[in-house]
Amino acid sequence: MEKLINDFSFGLFFWQIIIFVLLLLLLRKFAWKPILNAVNDREEGIKNALDSAEKAKLEMQNLQADNEKLLQEARAEREVMLKEAREIKAKMIADAKEEAKAEADKTVAQAQAAIESEKKSAIAELKQQVASLSLEIAEKVVKHELSDKDKQLKLVDEMLGDAKLN
Amino acid sequence: MYFCTDFKDTVICSKMQRKTLVRILSVLLFITSFSAVAQDEHTAEAKEILPEGKTKKEEIKEFINHHLMDSHDFNLFGSTDEETGKIHHYGFPLPVILWDGGLHTFMSSEFHHGENVVESNGNYYKLYHSKIYRTDAEGTINYDEDHHPTNVRPLDFSITKSVLMMLVVGLLLVWLFTSLAKSYAKNGSLPKGLGRFFEPVVLYIRDDIAIANIGENKYKKYMPFLLTVFFFIWFLNMFGLTPLGVNVTGNIAVTTALAIIVFLITTFTGTKDYWKHIFDPLGDGMPWIGKIFIYIILVPIEVLGMFIKPFALLIRLYANMTAGHVVMMSLIGLIFIFKSWIGGPLSFGLAFAIMLIELLVALLQAYIFTMLAALYFGFASESHEHHEEHEGEIQHL
Repeated sequence: MEKLINDFSFGLFFWQIIIFVLLLLLLRKFAWKPILNAVNDREEGIKNALDSAEKAKLEMQNLQADNEKLLQEARAEREVMLKEAREIKAKMIADAKEEAKAEADKTVAQAQAAIESEKKSAIAELKQQVASLSLEIAEKVVKHELSDKDKQLKLVDEMLGDAKLN
Repeated sequence: MYFCTDFKDTVICSKMQRKTLVRILSVLLFITSFSAVAQDEHTAEAKEILPEGKTKKEEIKEFINHHLMDSHDFNLFGSTDEETGKIHHYGFPLPVILWDGGLHTFMSSEFHHGENVVESNGNYYKLYHSKIYRTDAEGTINYDEDHHPTNVRPLDFSITKSVLMMLVVGLLLVWLFTSLAKSYAKNGSLPKGLGRFFEPVVLYIRDDIAIANIGENKYKKYMPFLLTVFFFIWFLNMFGLTPLGVNVTGNIAVTTALAIIVFLITTFTGTKDYWKHIFDPLGDGMPWIGKIFIYIILVPIEVLGMFIKPFALLIRLYANMTAGHVVMMSLIGLIFIFKSWIGGPLSFGLAFAIMLIELLVALLQAYIFTMLAALYFGFASESHEHHEEHEGEIQHL
């Protein structure tokens, strides 16, 4: 201990304090502050870059999710549209069928009516022809049988009555 | 030797192993016995009285002591003249600055390594065992019964070897780290060259010493000191390991100065909580009557702790560096004591191994000093949240 105290040099102590404090002040101003600031800035920069990368990734994910959603929506819409189209097709076919049937029915009805009227006119014509024929026949018969007038009239009546029944 | 894989081989193999073992042992025995003989011979030789009336061992011891002390000139090496027995010194002188009722300045070469008395402004000075004493014109030095000089010692502000080394290291640090700072500005915050080596060290001090011990919020204010003190101690330790042989950090005055700076910073940056921790360590956890009896013992211990902490710093650095230098010098000295072809290489090998350890110690002591300083700053800047935690712990107990 005595040797330690004996070895203690006040001059060295004095210079050490002066040099160290000066060194501290100089280095603080010209070295440590710029170095630490540069390092901090760099770390901040790296942190920001990482953050923004993370953000971009999230955005990408969001975009992808949106795309997926849109695609799904589109798909669903297509599905709906297809279904509608199918329904419309079925309905149109059904309508067409119905219409065609109605038309056909109508045509048939018209044809029947035409046939009926043709028949009627034909019958009427037939009747006329029959009447005329009958008249001719009757004329001939009359010419042949006009000897007996009464007989002739009776015959005509009978004949007419038969024709009506026909 | 080969591996015994087969049962058949085992017998031969064990024989071979035994043979090698015996061979190694016999070689070892041979070496130790030989070196023992060598040692006997050369201790006898070493005791042979040298011209100056000292044994070689004493001479080496004196040389080591001299090396550990600060010096007024920068000696690179010396040689003894065979004919006259005079020692020639090679090196350069350093300025001597004394305050002794007035300023006295001259170059240390005027002392002629303690042989001459220097007259300056009417006072006479003599260099004795690396210290300057005021003497009379003949340079007589008076001793007390313990053979200590009783002459007056003037206040010595000389630029000694240690001061010169501190200046050199200071300039080196300023040059190194300002150029590093400039390279950051130039290269867009990227380290280049030496910065690649020093940046991790700076970051380590910031992250694992300052932030770990002081805390994220307050570490910034202590960073310049911690970085400066780390590199200052480390570089001086490293210079101490060079053949220049400067033992700056192993000088008690230097470590005292550093410790006092640590103490001042701790004391002046101490928060309310720090002082409360010293003078009222139990806080509100106990009624005042109970506290009185505990505090009679506790408060003096805490106050002593304030001084013991930096004191431990100064002694640790001083003792470690001095011990390292003593061991190194002793091992080198051994080479001159065993002048044999076994002892020389053996002490050289040992010295080399110790040198490698000293390289680690140089870094380790700088680290420990910085680490403990940061720890004390951490106590000093203790924040209130931390204090509440302590209170919680006490209540919990």
